[in-house]
Amino acid sequence: MSKPKVAFFDFTSCEGCQLNKLNLENDLLALLELVDIVEFREAMDDKADYYDIAFIEGSISTPSCIERIHKIRRKAKILVALGACAVQGGVNGMKNLHPADWVKEEVYGEDKYLFPSMPVQPVGAVVKVDYEIRGCPMSTPEFLHVLKSLILGRKPEIFDHAVCVECKLKENECVLDKGMFCLGPVTRAGCDAICPTFGQYCTGCRGVISNVNEKGAINMLKQHGFSTKEALKKMQMFNALEIEN
Amino acid sequence: MKRDLNIKVKHLTRVEGHGNIVVDMKNGVLQKAQLDIVEAPRFFEAMLKGRNFHEVAIITSRICGICSLGHQMSSLKATEDALGLEVSRQTELLRRILVDGATFQSNTLHSLFLAAPDFLNVGSVFPLINTHKDVVLAALRLKRLANDIGDLISGRAIHPISCVPGGFTSFPTEAALKALRDKMATEGLKDATFIVDVIASLADKIPVFERETEYISVKSDQEYGFYDGLIFSSDSGSYERDKYLDVTNEFVVEHSSGKHARFNRSSYMVGALARFNNSYDQLRPLGKDVAAKLGLSVPNYNPYMNTIAQVVEVANCIDNTIELIDTVLAEGLKNEKPNQEPTKYGRGYGITEVPRGILFHDYTYNRQGNIEKANCIIPTGQNLANIDEDMKKLVPEIIEEGKEKITHKLEMLVRAYDPCISCSVHMLDVEFVE
Ligand code: SF4
Ligand code: SF4
Ligand code: SF4
Repeated sequence: MSKPKVAFFDFTSCEGCQLNKLNLENDLLALLELVDIVEFREAMDDKADYYDIAFIEGSISTPSCIERIHKIRRKAKILVALGACAVQGGVNGMKNLHPADWVKEEVYGEDKYLFPSMPVQPVGAVVKVDYEIRGCPMSTPEFLHVLKSLILGRKPEIFDHAVCVECKLKENECVLDKGMFCLGPVTRAGCDAICPTFGQYCTGCRGVISNVNEKGAINMLKQHGFSTKEALKKMQMFNALEIEN
Repeated sequence: MKRDLNIKVKHLTRVEGHGNIVVDMKNGVLQKAQLDIVEAPRFFEAMLKGRNFHEVAIITSRICGICSLGHQMSSLKATEDALGLEVSRQTELLRRILVDGATFQSNTLHSLFLAAPDFLNVGSVFPLINTHKDVVLAALRLKRLANDIGDLISGRAIHPISCVPGGFTSFPTEAALKALRDKMATEGLKDATFIVDVIASLADKIPVFERETEYISVKSDQEYGFYDGLIFSSDSGSYERDKYLDVTNEFVVEHSSGKHARFNRSSYMVGALARFNNSYDQLRPLGKDVAAKLGLSVPNYNPYMNTIAQVVEVANCIDNTIELIDTVLAEGLKNEKPNQEPTKYGRGYGITEVPRGILFHDYTYNRQGNIEKANCIIPTGQNLANIDEDMKKLVPEIIEEGKEKITHKLEMLVRAYDPCISCSVHMLDVEFVE
């Protein structure tokens, strides 16, 4: 059997998810035994016509992005959205919270009419996405898990429980008890609660769980002294496209 | 010979972000030689408006994955300056370690994985796994070691977790820090020395080219300018941080979605070579030895040598980190709470060197501790005008070498700057007519 052809593409993003993959130093060479990397602009010159698996990083934010993502979709058997920008818009989504005209003016003042732009969208809003790897940045163990599953023709495991569950398993001190804020109760697990593990609050980068009892979570935050407005605003940081102003 | 030449490299590979090289020569007269930046816009300054000071560094970190630590450092310093938050000596020491780690991780990635394939005439690092396995493995170990620093002290090398305004939210154990230190002193220095020898053997592959320009970097009397210091121009000396706009003078050009910058001349250079030229005296003895081994002396006007200056910094940073960790351990690691009680609200500036050059963050906070106005000036943007100027001088000099070779040298030139295009277009969007 020939090795599956794997490609990586970046759209509007910080390229942190791709770099995180290069940070797999210890597994990188073993990984290269299993797959053929046919396109990875950030690291190599080659281009290909067909991909078994295409990993997409970043949000869709210009007309040329739309054209490019359709082209990739046509050539890809499986398309995987990689990271918060691709899956749910990530930090880029915050741009949509402000009137488009004001955003442009804030950045280039009187030259704003020179520069067309459009609202930010996640990849799934434009083409069919087969699998998602969440997080900002995506977690490398999850990436390996998904890649290995797809190579073996299995369905990767999908997380839909709260970060709190993982956080409790790690026996972390709850940051809410330290007077901090936390989005762990409403955020999808899969990161091993890495932020609370390092004493920081969960900023919700992996997106909101599907059966969110949003009001319940907000009540809980209220009990710790945070207003609904403040809580929603914090959730917007990575999830602006799902949480209206 | 009067000749025509037309080069268009679309979506240049092995750089961070999207850029095109365009050269147009008619009848021996250069019409155009420039780097078009076609990366999509990000609009971070606008997104920051109204966000609370706890969130700002988390957001600006996402301007760029590879410079995320540097963005956090400039961001935290700007916030602390604006809100009057003092940080402890321990916080400063730990941050310096993180800056060293992020610099040698990024410099290793660029010089060995992205630039070195050019010296060996291959299209990526992947073929080198078979032909130069020991080099690739040493480079991977160095990169891992650098990332270990970030993972241990800040929770995660990309988009660090525990660096917050006023300090840190968690600390490594002294034992873990000691183990890291020992690994750097043994494996780290050994791999770095090996890599330096390899690069020294390839030094003749670096194109011969010179264009003297203005070099701008952070400079300090105490240390090789990275984490703290004044803004320094090789043409006109030092400037306080609140004068940064007088130095950068950003302007919009049509062919780039990242703004250009200029100061005393039509362009200036930032990054490893600028730091090396401005701060050579503050290099550690090891750094100076490595520079001598690699044939790099001050001042150096060959932009291709930026890659070599990066390698010098790899060795210098490893050596410096070892000493910093020793200091932290000697003073005893304390579990300090971050200082997050603002003593004022207003404007603040944060200036640090990231691997690609000097980075400015400038915030104004309202009395609720939310951002009123933000401005970030990114290294690659500052280099764009200088890259164009280099191309304009280089193309006529090598015009007899044939299109393929010229194209290759231009690609190498742009790559030598280690451009971080996602960063540079953190704000603009331009449409191109092709
Ligand atoms: S999800 Fe986060 S780390 Fe990944 S590309 Fe987007 S901003 Fe960068
Ligand atoms: S720290 Fe956050 S994620 Fe952990 S238990 Fe508390 S609320 Fe949940
Ligand atoms: S703890 Fe929250 S913010 Fe941190 S990685 Fe996990 S989901 Fe993202």
